[in-house]
Amino acid sequence: MKDDITREERVDNLKGMGCSRKRVEDARFTQGKGNYVDDVKLDGMLFGDFVRSPYAHARITNIDTAAALEVPGVLAVLTAADLEPLGLHWMPTLAGDKQMVLADGKVLFQGQEVAFVVAEDRYAAADGIELVEVEYEELPVVVNPFEALKSDVVLREDLVAEDGSIPDGAHGPRKHHNHIFTWDAGDKEPTEEVIANADVVAEETMYYHRTHPCPLETCGCVASMDKVNGKLTLWGTFQAPHAIRTIVSLISGLEEHNIRVISPDIGGGFGNKVGAYPGYVCSVVASIVTGKPVKWIEDRMDNLMTTAFARDYHMTGKISATKEGKITGLHCHVTADHGGFDACADPTKFPAGFMNICTGSYDIPTAYLEVDGVYTNKAPGGVSYRCSFRVTEAVYFIERMIEVLAIKLNMDAAELRRINFIKKEQFPYTAALGWEYDSGDYHTAWDKALKTVDYDGLRAEQAQRVEDFKAGKTRKLMGIGLSFFTEIVGAGPVKNCDILGLGMFDSCEIRIHPTGSAIARLGTISQGQGHATTFAQILASEIGLPADSITIEEGDTDTAPYGLGTYGSRSTPVAGAATAMAGRKIRAKAQMIAAYLLEVHDNDVEFDVDRFVVKGAPEKFKTMKEIAFAAYNQAIPGIEPGLEAVSYYDPPNMTYPFGAYVCVMDIDVDTGVPEIRRFYALDDCGTRINPMIIEGQVHGGLTEALAVALGQEIAYDDMGNCKTGTLMDFFLPTAWEVPNYETDFTVTPSPHHPIGAKGVGESPHVGGVPCFSNAVQDAFRPFGNTHTNMPHDHWRIWKTANELGLHG
Amino acid sequence: MIPAEFDYYRPKDMAGVLSLLEEHGDDARVMAGGHSLIPMMKLRMADVPHLIDLQDVGGLSDIEVGPDAIKIGALVTQADIIDHAGLTNVAPILREAALQIADPQVRYMGTVGGNVANGDPGNDMPGLMQCLDAAFTVVGADGERTIPAREFYEAAYMTAREDDEVLTGVTIPLPKGGYAYEKQKRKIGDYATAAAAVQITKDGGSCVSASIAMTNLSDTPIYSEAAGAALVGTSLDDAALSAAVAAMLGDIDPTEDNRGPVAFKNHVAGVILRRAIERAWSRA
Repeated sequence: MKDDITREERVDNLKGMGCSRKRVEDARFTQGKGNYVDDVKLDGMLFGDFVRSPYAHARITNIDTAAALEVPGVLAVLTAADLEPLGLHWMPTLAGDKQMVLADGKVLFQGQEVAFVVAEDRYAAADGIELVEVEYEELPVVVNPFEALKSDVVLREDLVAEDGSIPDGAHGPRKHHNHIFTWDAGDKEPTEEVIANADVVAEETMYYHRTHPCPLETCGCVASMDKVNGKLTLWGTFQAPHAIRTIVSLISGLEEHNIRVISPDIGGGFGNKVGAYPGYVCSVVASIVTGKPVKWIEDRMDNLMTTAFARDYHMTGKISATKEGKITGLHCHVTADHGGFDACADPTKFPAGFMNICTGSYDIPTAYLEVDGVYTNKAPGGVSYRCSFRVTEAVYFIERMIEVLAIKLNMDAAELRRINFIKKEQFPYTAALGWEYDSGDYHTAWDKALKTVDYDGLRAEQAQRVEDFKAGKTRKLMGIGLSFFTEIVGAGPVKNCDILGLGMFDSCEIRIHPTGSAIARLGTISQGQGHATTFAQILASEIGLPADSITIEEGDTDTAPYGLGTYGSRSTPVAGAATAMAGRKIRAKAQMIAAYLLEVHDNDVEFDVDRFVVKGAPEKFKTMKEIAFAAYNQAIPGIEPGLEAVSYYDPPNMTYPFGAYVCVMDIDVDTGVPEIRRFYALDDCGTRINPMIIEGQVHGGLTEALAVALGQEIAYDDMGNCKTGTLMDFFLPTAWEVPNYETDFTVTPSPHHPIGAKGVGESPHVGGVPCFSNAVQDAFRPFGNTHTNMPHDHWRIWKTANELGLHG
Repeated sequence: MIPAEFDYYRPKDMAGVLSLLEEHGDDARVMAGGHSLIPMMKLRMADVPHLIDLQDVGGLSDIEVGPDAIKIGALVTQADIIDHAGLTNVAPILREAALQIADPQVRYMGTVGGNVANGDPGNDMPGLMQCLDAAFTVVGADGERTIPAREFYEAAYMTAREDDEVLTGVTIPLPKGGYAYEKQKRKIGDYATAAAAVQITKDGGSCVSASIAMTNLSDTPIYSEAAGAALVGTSLDDAALSAAVAAMLGDIDPTEDNRGPVAFKNHVAGVILRRAIERAWSRA
């Protein structure tokens, strides 16, 4: 048999790995045909919404629901008293704490859920909310975590024993009634000794401000309890639908097979949709009580003020080096503000996430990290906003410390990085704080980046600018922001990563149809990442059927295999690996079928793009399409009919994407307005599945990095009032504010991942934030600046200039 | 973000509007584009049991460029201003300012009338109208009257318009000389951190007249007569600019918000005014 197309054409037809295949999702998204939670409309569906606390800390002395219940269309008003008999007035958090579902006698943050009004439509619910009369007795408010650790004010009476002692928390002993945990990594005394005896030590205190993932679609759900068959269906904006199913089962007592969780299209997650929220619990209870479907959808203010903030780390660092700039030690202490409940979304054994990646990309022999978690009167959360667990904080910390050390050493910060990078031959590299970096080639990436942007030329231009500024010829300064980051993604090995005991493997199940097309289902869920496009590409390359003939389905727990969902850039490292492994099982069976059809031994055929060929006789082959048909329709001795496979993949290690970024910024000293002239981003995410999607991911992550660095924050006043509850004050960049991005890459495949891929969606955010921030800091460096805190909005940049005496 | 219940009216003429206002008094509000009022209603910060939509009232959407003055109907949108070539020819500052208001989607709905009538100190048109010495026409049960823009604003959301009056249009004397509308904002869609409207005429190298108004730096727009006066008769040298800035700073009274503290706003107000004056002078 002869082909009428070339091998190259056969490869192209698959649209497999490495192809910039257009996103199959976009046809529906760009035509307004997506199906989001708020598009779910069921017969008789009710709406629930919350009465929220206007106070940050108050005792509740009475809740009167009578007037609200008089509103036409209002059916019920749930309070903690109604949930208590069910044991649902509190719920467990992902961090081992517990959180009030509805205020149980007091409130701990502004916007806290106090009562749940269930009505026939949203308007009636909103009218009912107005009429619920809650009597509050204000309590002293604590918004600063350092003050919280000294304060007599007890935020969590439920965590203080009757004799006044402080019982241990989920992560060990607590030092104070407002203290949550101390978590450390590395060697304390040796690090202190190295730093005490070092040639040079740089110290800095920095605050990584509180912000919020702010996906375009807010959180929400529809709960529908079918009392006839006893089944609960829960549609929701869940980044981890299976985990939600298990948690719902554990806290409601419903058997897990009677719960079906569906994550439909999701309009961005960025960590905001990992946790479990009171709205989910209340909707489920309301549906059970009323026997009708109940929908709950946050509005923008609810979302910004109550569900899942990110960051809020007060970090103090010491970094030591020889006179020549070789780093000898790193010490980091974090005071972590977790708000009123510890609802951080981290693997259970890591209450500060992977903050212990804070030695960054550098060969630092000795290090110590200590994190203290603290309760304050702020919203709970602490999610990983477009990053693996607390990795943005870690990378920001080390990339600022490097800059501060460079100033102390009077050394170029690019060179300081270069002489301290972990060398290519040192991988796999075990860092002082415990992680084993799987692979990297930092010097190659760094040199490529600096050469592309003409780093030396930029420094010369900057020096000239400083002279011109001093001579009164310009009022604009120029900053060169550098950052080199290493991400740690793909959580992760079950031996050390679980959430509430659920191991963080992931899964893929493939069914090949007789005519040579396929469906694959995964335990992950896309929130815009393009899984339906890229996972089909992985499979196309693995099983030799065109990506266009492969449907990818996620998000329905009744059909998809169990998995831990999508966050922390884990989809490609974990579910992508499962996909490849399941594909290889398909291929193994296909090989036996092919050998039978070609009448040779199994070992005498080999896989070639879209077929098995007889070794040494490429004109003798069976295409995967033919094999699929035979698998179902031909009796093959010793082989079961059908062509299906499932793989549950427990990765042996994390993956460690890295990158080199450079930002060139001009800053108007008089107005504080920064202008990004150039942004260059080199990413190494290992094997590249779809370059176009990678580029899109880099653009998105950089844009969220720009937002965080230059203005996006959740800010509170002294009374615990959230000052940034709308998009007027919460900075969400539009096309107007976003610069042109130049993207580039190197490829260092992961040695342990089946296809060598590492994950990319979060890298640009992790590397971008310090790069934008370093550009601002660098502009003022010639005038004596070492560090200023983000966000670098106009007035804070102006303040830096003012304090440095640049306004005359 | 769900408004309280309200009755919605869409009268066909002004008589219908006025009779509704008379009937419902304080409980009624008129709406043009709705881009200020509707968010306030959704936040339940504005209680409007009777909402009167002006969209079907004829004759409020015209732009007339006359020999001495421009008339702009209350329902003319910011997008209409931007697209009107004849208007841009005689008063380019209107287009320059309108382009700095919000984003295209908002500008297709947001109206000049609503922007000036609402009394929000963050709105850009009020300061601009003060700079241009515009007059607002309002109509009520007792007929029509005009109120100079420079006398219209009393405090945040408090204006010289009575509750039973409707603002129907703006009359602007044809502006002369150079112009600039300079605005610093944090992002697209934001109100000004500071904004300045400047219109300047010159004769030879000397400033003949200067009109200056500032936006979002007090609880009303600020027409700074003293700042303009500081420029008249000068060659706009550094001393004159400094004097104008000092005079302006004496007239504004910014408050701290998320955009920054008072010291920053005063500083930026000075920088923005200086830039606006320089740009207007270069165009005079």
